[in-house]
Amino acid sequence: MAKMNLLQAINNALILAMTENDKVMVFGEDVGHFGGVFRATSNLQEKFGKARCFNTPLTEQGIMGFANGLASQGSVPVAEIQFGDYIFPAFDQIVNETAKWRYRSGGQFSVGTLTIRTPYGGGIAGGLYHSQSPEAYFAHTPGLKIVVPRNPYQAKGLLLASIRDDNPVLFMEPKRLYRASVGEVPEEDYELPLGKAEIVTQGSDISLLAWGAQMEVMEKAAEMADKVGISCEIIDLRSILPWDVETVCQSVVKTGRLLISHEAPQTGGFASEIAATVQERCFLNLESPIARVCGLDTPYPLAHEKEYMPDHLKVFEAIKRTVNY
Amino acid sequence: MKDRNHLSDVSLTHKVSVIDKGLVDIPMLQILQPDGTPHSDASLPELAQEAVLKIYRTMRFIRVLDERMVAAQRQGRISFYLASTGEEAASVASAAALEPQDMIMSQYREQGALAYRGYSTEAFMNQMFSNEKDPNKGRQMPIHYGDKALNFMTISSPLGTQIPQASGYAYGQKMAGQPAVTICYFGEGAASEGDFHAGLNMAAVLHCPVIFFCRNNGYAISTPAEEQFAGDGIASRGLGYGIKTIRVDGNDAFAVYAATKQAREIALAENCPVLIEAMSYRLAAHSTSDDPTGYRSKEEEARWQAKDPIVRLGNWLKAKGWLDEEQDGKDVDQMRQDVLNELKRVEKVPVCGIDDLVEDVYDTPPWHLKEQLEELKQHIRQYPDAYPKTSGRL
Repeated sequence: MAKMNLLQAINNALILAMTENDKVMVFGEDVGHFGGVFRATSNLQEKFGKARCFNTPLTEQGIMGFANGLASQGSVPVAEIQFGDYIFPAFDQIVNETAKWRYRSGGQFSVGTLTIRTPYGGGIAGGLYHSQSPEAYFAHTPGLKIVVPRNPYQAKGLLLASIRDDNPVLFMEPKRLYRASVGEVPEEDYELPLGKAEIVTQGSDISLLAWGAQMEVMEKAAEMADKVGISCEIIDLRSILPWDVETVCQSVVKTGRLLISHEAPQTGGFASEIAATVQERCFLNLESPIARVCGLDTPYPLAHEKEYMPDHLKVFEAIKRTVNY
Repeated sequence: MKDRNHLSDVSLTHKVSVIDKGLVDIPMLQILQPDGTPHSDASLPELAQEAVLKIYRTMRFIRVLDERMVAAQRQGRISFYLASTGEEAASVASAAALEPQDMIMSQYREQGALAYRGYSTEAFMNQMFSNEKDPNKGRQMPIHYGDKALNFMTISSPLGTQIPQASGYAYGQKMAGQPAVTICYFGEGAASEGDFHAGLNMAAVLHCPVIFFCRNNGYAISTPAEEQFAGDGIASRGLGYGIKTIRVDGNDAFAVYAATKQAREIALAENCPVLIEAMSYRLAAHSTSDDPTGYRSKEEEARWQAKDPIVRLGNWLKAKGWLDEEQDGKDVDQMRQDVLNELKRVEKVPVCGIDDLVEDVYDTPPWHLKEQLEELKQHIRQYPDAYPKTSGRL
């Protein structure tokens, strides 16, 4: 075991993947000698050479197009989009190409080896264009997997699993936690399963569901709830697509209540999808309406960031409302 | 830390210096004149009789296939078709200059390249009828071919997306140490997409052995080239990216062959991209959904009919004594018959079973797709008459 922050855990996973397999290549804007603007790819170029870890020109659609071609050739690209907010020039390549490659060719060709890494989320005074959580756009696209880790241990295990998974994975990294989240991480190789949620804390009155950086908020709110006698079960969804309906529904059957929280705007957010599915399956088990605590339906603000965020106080209030419905 | 100076190659001026077009003349390589006579100072590519005949017959076949399938679409037998009439030399002769291990990433009007690789009439039909024998499992509209065994990447409709993909594919070939290149076909319209800029720039910067083959056929559906760009065609852009560039007469099979052959040698030897701009004309409509009479004149079309690439190479072959006119006519009759026979046979082949609807979205169908499939099957059982393609085979 070693103490690592989330960035170091990602860097460690990339080193393991690149050491194990010559076909793994890491590229994106500034990821070369500089090691990326957040330093997730530090020293990779020195260790593995410029041919396997390299800067690209500043073109997200180019990075993803290049990555698609490279993956279809049989290489294992790990492409970085510097901020989730800048993934949209690559939207066509991801939605129309990456996600449909295998399907449209009847399984003859595939870009299953591809992993797209991108930092997401707010809380860093990043305003409109350094704070967004674009997971729901991609969750609407069959053919993609979407994975979000919440801490260094998860980041390493999930990233290794994503790189080795035979499907294209969008790996969204909570950038607020890059250095803030520090924990014990095994130095050896390990994987955590994709498509599986994790029950972080057992509880009996309400299930709290979130992912990534929002998990800390849920834990804080659950502590407050505990002090007023409400027992919360906390679930980390970990994979947005495909998501673990079984674990979530089992928890809801047990607690009878569900609260879902994400930073992304509420309307059309992934909480909506979960709520719809859970009410279909657990209608008679529900003691109260499913609660959503999300970002407002505004662009991500700067001066009012604190007010916009679905923080622990908003979650705590929603817990009480739901339990006392 | 490396010391860099991005001004090292920049010369000085002491007056405002406006650079206008016309700095570089980009000539068009032409070996055969429109009547099939070689230019006296041009060298013919070293091609044996059989090799030239293969190019010629493939072009002939594509003309026949196109005519027949446009008619089939008009009869309502297939939903859509897209002919390459007038542009056969561009796709066929360029493919002839490649090796089988080279990857082809095409747009949608390069059926000639695919036929040259050996795609059978039956395979063309299977794809166009979206049946269970199509290796792409009938998932895309007609003409979106793809064949792994022939190193022909499955086509997608969005324009220009294959351009940066070809750069990435070629980079992978280079990293794997393969003696292979990728050729990427696209039209002059698609070259306006952002992916064109992204793909060419990345290929140049990252030293990818890829041939960018632009078919400049004068029109993007109804939009003429002069409303598509103001510069000197697509070739002039290659220079801006630091990419070696060739402009060629796309209706001259020998010129296309010679240009592509040399482009391949350069790409492989120097690990770099090469851009080819093939000047041609889309004698066909854009697709069966298009009617060119609304945007161009019969006179204009007639001028290009006189430059027909098949007639041009045919004339050369006849003059050379390598082609017998009577036999040529019989060959074409036979091609027509074969296409018709395959069409009639293949249109009766069923589509894939319903389970294939959810296959290949992922490596294996996840829980939600399995659930949705089961619900759908239940529904089809309830209303079998409404879903005749699959209800009999649940």
